[in-house]
Formats: sequence, C-alpha cells, structure tokens
Amino acid sequence: MSTRNRAWIAATAIALATSGAEAEGPGLGVPLAPGEIPRFASVVLPDGAGLPPGRGTAREGASIYAAKCARCHGVTGTEGPIQPPVAPARQYAKPAGRHWPHATTLFDYTKRAMPFDAPKSLSDDEAYAVVAWILYRNGLVAEDEIVDAKSLPRVEMPNRSNTIDLYERQGEKPY
Amino acid sequence: MSDSFAAGGGLLSRRRLLGGGLAAGAVAAAGSLGLVEAVRAEAALPAWQTEPGLEVRPYGVPDSHEADVRRAIIQVYKELAPAYSFSGTPLHRLRGTITPSGLHYEVHHGGRPELDPARHRLRIHGLVERPLAFDLEALERYPMISRVHFLECAGNSFMNAHAEQAPQMGCDMLHGLVSNSEWTGVPLRLLLEEAGVRPEGRWLVAIGDDAPGLARSIPMEKAMRDGMLALYQNGERIRPEQGYPMRVLLPGYEGNMNVKWVTALQVVERPAHTKDESGEYTDLLADGKVIALSFTMGVKSVITHPSGGMSMSGPGLYEISGLAWSGTGPVTKVEVSADAGASWAEALLHPPVLDRALVRFSIPWKWSGAPALLQSRAHDGSGAVQPTRSEWKKRYSPANVNHNNSIQAWRVTQDGAVQNVYT
Repeated sequence: MSTRNRAWIAATAIALATSGAEAEGPGLGVPLAPGEIPRFASVVLPDGAGLPPGRGTAREGASIYAAKCARCHGVTGTEGPIQPPVAPARQYAKPAGRHWPHATTLFDYTKRAMPFDAPKSLSDDEAYAVVAWILYRNGLVAEDEIVDAKSLPRVEMPNRSNTIDLYERQGEKPY
Repeated sequence: MSDSFAAGGGLLSRRRLLGGGLAAGAVAAAGSLGLVEAVRAEAALPAWQTEPGLEVRPYGVPDSHEADVRRAIIQVYKELAPAYSFSGTPLHRLRGTITPSGLHYEVHHGGRPELDPARHRLRIHGLVERPLAFDLEALERYPMISRVHFLECAGNSFMNAHAEQAPQMGCDMLHGLVSNSEWTGVPLRLLLEEAGVRPEGRWLVAIGDDAPGLARSIPMEKAMRDGMLALYQNGERIRPEQGYPMRVLLPGYEGNMNVKWVTALQVVERPAHTKDESGEYTDLLADGKVIALSFTMGVKSVITHPSGGMSMSGPGLYEISGLAWSGTGPVTKVEVSADAGASWAEALLHPPVLDRALVRFSIPWKWSGAPALLQSRAHDGSGAVQPTRSEWKKRYSPANVNHNNSIQAWRVTQDGAVQNVYT
C-alpha cells in the first residue's frame, strides 16, 4: 500500500471519529435493504464479485455471437467495423480480449450494454457463452471450457502485466 | 501612435487594446463597407420601427439569424450504431467562456436516454454502513454549491492525434469536445457521509441510467474533496444531453468519469476496471505499455479567432482570441506566437481566471498580409506546459487518441485562409 493511501485511510478515520451529530444535510436518504438494490446498480469486480450463476462455453457462444454480435464486430471478431474484440484486429488497437486487463469486465459489459440495439437482453448463460467465445478466439480458453463465476476471474489476460495504473503510480498528475 | 511589438510576426502588447492605446472599433468600422449605402437605406423605415414588436415569451431562444451556430455532429458508426454519437461545441462561434447549455458538447456511447425524473433514484451502496436511495425531491433539500468548471472528453482533439494529414476542419470538429458551465448541486461528500463509507471503501463506481449503464471508478478521495452531484447547469436543471436529472461532476477529470444520468454509487475497495477504463479511455504509449486510470486533463489551449475554416478580411489589426484550461488548477500563462514558434508573447488572461475552468485569452495582432503561423501555448500552476504535436506524438503509440493536449497551429495563407497544420 502506498504512503498516499495510508494517509487517506488515516484521514478518513479521523473524519469519521470527529463527525458528530451535526449532520450537514437533512438526512433524507431512504434506507435500502440488500434486495432493493437493482442488478444493474452494481458492476462486476475483477475478483468476480457480482458475477451471477450460470455458465457457457465457446462452442455454445459461437451461434449467439454470429446472430447478435457479428454484424458490428465482424464474423471472426477481428473485422469490425466496430471495436472488434479478437486480436489481431483490423484497424483497432484495443480488441477487448487482448487489451482489457480483466476478463470479468467482458461479462459485465456484454451483459449490461450489449447487443447495442438491445442491451441487457442476453440471458446470463448467453452472456457467459459469448464471453467464452471471445476468450476462445483470443486463445485464452479452450472451446469446451466452462466459463462461469468461478473460472472467469482466473483467466489470465495477456495485457494485464502491460497495463500501468497511473493513479496508483502518480496520483492525479497527468502523464 | 507607433506600434509596440511584443513578438515577431506582428504580435502587439497584450495591454494595447484594453489600455485604450488604439480605438479598435474605429479600425473595424473603417474596414466595413457600405456605411453610406446603409444610411440611405434607412430612409425607408423597417417594420420594427413602425409596428409594435412581439410579445414576451416563456422561454427565449437565439435569434433566427444565429440558427447556424450549432454543434457539429460526429457519428463514427452512423450506419450500425447511430446513437454512439458525439457533438462538438462551436468554439469558434462563441465568445466569453460559458458554453450555452444547448451547445455543450456531447459524447454518448449508447445514446441519450429520456428517463422519468419522478422514477429516478440515486442509490449509494456497497461498502457503506447504510445503503441509501435519494430521489430528486429529497436532493433539492440538501445544501448546494455552485462552481464553474470545464468538461473535456479524454478523446477531444482525436482527429489531430491520429489523422496523418492535418484535417481541414473548424474548432467544433477538431476541439469541440470541451465546454464550460456553472454547475450547481450537492457535494458528494454529504451524501456519502450520510451513507457512512467504511474505511476500506476507497473507490466508488458511478453508474449511469443510460442504455449501456456507463460505469466509471472514482477515487473516494476525489469524491470527498470536490465531487458534486450536479443538478443544475447554468442556473437551470441539467439538460438531457448532460445527464438530466443528475450527473457526477469531478472538476479537472476526463469527461467520461463525470457520469451522466447517474443512478448508483457503488462503494468498493479497488477500481472496477469497467469497460471504459479498460479499453476506450486507456492511453497507448510509444513503448507498447498501456496507461489506465489517467484521470486529469492536461493543460491546453486553442486559438478560436482566427481558426480553421475562417478567412481573414485583409491585412490590418486583429485580436487573436482563444480558450485555455487545465485539469490541475488555474491557467497561469498563455503565450502566443505568430511566427511559427520563433518568438512568443504573453497573452492577456481575461478575468476571472478560475480553477479548472475555461479562461479567455487575447492578444492584438497586426497582420501584414504575409503567410503566418499562429500558435498558443498554455501553462498551469503545476509547471506543466503544452507540448507541440510532434513532442506529444513521440510519447504515445501512433494509434493513441486520448489526452491530446498538444499545441494547435493555424496557418494563415497569403490570401487569408486559415488552415490546420501540424508542427
């Protein structure tokens, strides 16, 4: 942990200890029970937190991809025209399966935002299967390997060690 | 009065015009044609002098003669995904520093939602003591602050970043993904403290209520220091294009993080590495490495008058004018060169010079009619200064488009055309 982070935790602790009854706001927030938080009010985290039950394989995902994704991203996932997810991609430097540092993001985004014309329409199994297909095409899982909440966070993404966390390195200072 | 040149190429002292050394209006009037004809024409009285004018109206709009002052539309995937769309502020048609709300730039990854404000909630959950929901009515009761801040897309000036030949376009297309507004809203700190952030909750993920549910990780330190839940823009409720009924505002941070239509703040330990912080807004370095979580917008400026696509109306005195900004704090100095960077003169910064807001700069310029190369170079309080385009390009991969804060150069040709050039 960096010095800056330690200082921040210490500052927070002091702030919490000294904040007394004098609330600055009227306190009108309505308490939420865990069941009252909508699904898409959370994102999936790199450790897999937030991944739902369900599963899929690349073999299953191929037909879903062909039907719902290929039009924008290309038949093999490399052509595009829009942000092809498979490397090496035509005229795109950031194919998701090669560039993104965490495989969990593939599920979060596919489920939340894709297909472009009908976001959130894929079932969890379908989303896992499409993610499996993207990972398979990038050489990161086998064609029949099961992708689910347990296996997805363990996929080693090739660009992870190549990615610099600028905020961790130098805080707010621009590169 | 004799000219006092401040730098080569005809740049005059920045104090000259405001100091009253020369009547700029007189120069302008002498240069305009048809004064006599105009006076004669007034002998036939126009209708607005002989009939009552129009009645008051509940909401004003710009004069119909200004109808072409519009945002420039950019739809990079128009056939397949038209809602993935941007619009650029026509910086070259505006003066001052506040962007009219209807001309604020847009970048939408999944289009602009038309959501129901009565149903909208902001939910704070995750690593908090008390998960809470707030509706718009409740938020109206909270203490509010007002701040003037720029917003700039991390991809602003992307065409200059990657196009091999300098694109011949105006400021709206080249640099229009920056705008400046007075934002009013509730400090995020108040809402987060009400929910009670646990000590391990060092980040929050802001999630929008648009179709793709855009999500970005924000350092808790930043949210607590000066983050705002913005409800008002230039005095009125935030425009749909800017996140109605509420958005996150993070002064100085790249536009994408200022999540529009925000519906959730999920408090977490570490960055979530959402799609936008994994792909769209990473920066590709020259050595093959990738930068993620590069939040602050660097110091930058652009000359808006004159600028690409404009034409000069003959030799004589002009005011070079432009905008400067920095995500780290106030702009401290803007220099202008009219001789391809051989010499620079300090421009006037028009007050107020605000923290992480656009500032207007200007300098008088006596154009001889010879070809000239105009550039502006901004400095900020951190000691940072804008790089030239070639210096900037050397740091990054050829494919990189984000965080391009390099110097814009405009060539003025002998016949008065103003063109985009790379330096």
